[in-house]
Amino acid sequence: MKFLSDRAVERLRGSADAPDLSGTRYRLLERIARGGMGIVFTAEDQQLQRRVALKVLDAPAANGDLVNRLLREARVLAALEHPGVVPVHDVGTLADGRVFYTMKFVEGQRLDKYIESIASVPDRLRIFLRICDAVAFAHARGVLHRDLKPANIMVGPFGEVLVMDWGLAKILRSDVSSASRETDSDETIFEKPKQPTISRDTTETYVVTGHGTVMGTPGYMSPEQARGDVEHLDARSDIFSLGALLRFLLTGHPEAASNSGGPRLDKSLAAICAKSTAASPSERYPNVTEMALDVSRFLDGLAVSAHRESIFEKARRFYRRYRFFILLIAAYLTMRILILLFMHR
Amino acid sequence: MSGESFQSGGDRFPPTRRSVIEAVRSIDAEERQLALEALCAAYWKPVYKYVRWRWSLPAEAAQDLTQGFFMEVLERELLEKFDPAKSRLRTYLRVCVDSFVMNEDKAGRRQKRGGNIPHVALDFTAAEEELGATAIDPAKIASPESLEDFFEKEWVRSLFALAVEDLRKLCDERERARTFRLFEAYDLEGNEKLSYEDLAKDYGISVTDVTNALAWARREFRKIALDRLRELCGTEEEFQREARAAFGWDTK
Repeated sequence: MKFLSDRAVERLRGSADAPDLSGTRYRLLERIARGGMGIVFTAEDQQLQRRVALKVLDAPAANGDLVNRLLREARVLAALEHPGVVPVHDVGTLADGRVFYTMKFVEGQRLDKYIESIASVPDRLRIFLRICDAVAFAHARGVLHRDLKPANIMVGPFGEVLVMDWGLAKILRSDVSSASRETDSDETIFEKPKQPTISRDTTETYVVTGHGTVMGTPGYMSPEQARGDVEHLDARSDIFSLGALLRFLLTGHPEAASNSGGPRLDKSLAAICAKSTAASPSERYPNVTEMALDVSRFLDGLAVSAHRESIFEKARRFYRRYRFFILLIAAYLTMRILILLFMHR
Repeated sequence: MSGESFQSGGDRFPPTRRSVIEAVRSIDAEERQLALEALCAAYWKPVYKYVRWRWSLPAEAAQDLTQGFFMEVLERELLEKFDPAKSRLRTYLRVCVDSFVMNEDKAGRRQKRGGNIPHVALDFTAAEEELGATAIDPAKIASPESLEDFFEKEWVRSLFALAVEDLRKLCDERERARTFRLFEAYDLEGNEKLSYEDLAKDYGISVTDVTNALAWARREFRKIALDRLRELCGTEEEFQREARAAFGWDTK
């Protein structure tokens, strides 16, 4: 038997890792990312002469669970035609037996990297509102994302915001194609391990508990999702994640700081974050639109529903909103007073 | 062992590639035997090199211990006690090796064992040469991570070497000897400067033929390696984890 040098082992790893695209219209370009389910490469669609992202499973899965998850993700993407959701182009099985799908190649930055260059709070809030648009659309189509976090949001070169990685999505209603629903059994996603263990993949997306295989990301995952309370997950679980995401955009952390360190958060924004991430789903916003509306109100200088203001806060907000007119009137009144004083001298 | 004698054991293993963990619990004595042979074929070299490195033992003592360990696996039915829910088979075997070497040492029982594991001849001379060619960082010796890393690395090498051997046989069977030679030249010999064009010129064929041949060989190699791996894992979950470790997917 031939001895394999370290270099040969590495070469075999690399060559075996690459998907076999023979018989397809794609030509492999480079590897760009690795997720919980598989690897993402860039490839050239030789017929349309454009670059696409190709997501492929690590290995031909024997039990079909991963295959079902990847296919379901592709079908969910296909069903969610929205500017905030990356469009899927093609799905199939490669010659090496691995299931793949291709999607639009997004040349952009992950949200956590992108916001490093965005200092303005209003600009960050506008990005957040675009994320809300995509999630609200998905909810309207009966799809929960279940893994909203900065790493799963891409911002394109023209500021377009795309919600990525729908691999953990849960389909609530049959608005989406029936084919994707067929493979959306909770048994596929939530299986019962024999004993409590904890395991993580490289993106720290999986946490296994004794109650069921819980999928999500600590810090962004709602308490009911963390408990594996599958039956009761609804849009408010994603609202929790959006609240954590909003807090991350404003403070750099998904969870509320226990001490006074870190950037000082406006009380209205803090209240929106607190309401979205309330432990009980009934205390959160009932839907994403309500949450986005509160953020828009803040941007417009209006009172938000999540926070009852004191008179002083109302006055301050009133002043901020109408500062120009208030200053104009104040200047006019000051001038009139000065004129009156001058004339009475 | 000669490669051929091991392979005969490997080939006779049920074509369904049933897990060795299940097979060693079979009531069929032949199936149990074949499962143990498959296990020995994949693990004897990692075990031998590990014993040499971890316990700093001379070659002869390590050879006796390696043979003794697999006899122990056979006689004491160690695999019966393995629980896939608690650990990987690879880690379990490594811990068993440590325990076996310590016990042998304490009892002063180390003795020269005659013969080989049935149907699996162990080519210690080749293993010793390989060990000499393997770069080992002395500064890392004995840390728990380095022990695990070393064993894993040798296990991957052994797995890939078996898969390459299977691929060679497959190429012979299908009269694709040239395909294997291309694969060997490009993927195994590690000449970074060699290009597809060079190979096409050397073999008098087109670059497309080289591309197709290499794509086929890699696809088959991958399939064979994964099949062998699946056979050596107790559960699908373990297989997925081990596949990631073997192909380096966790580290990229």
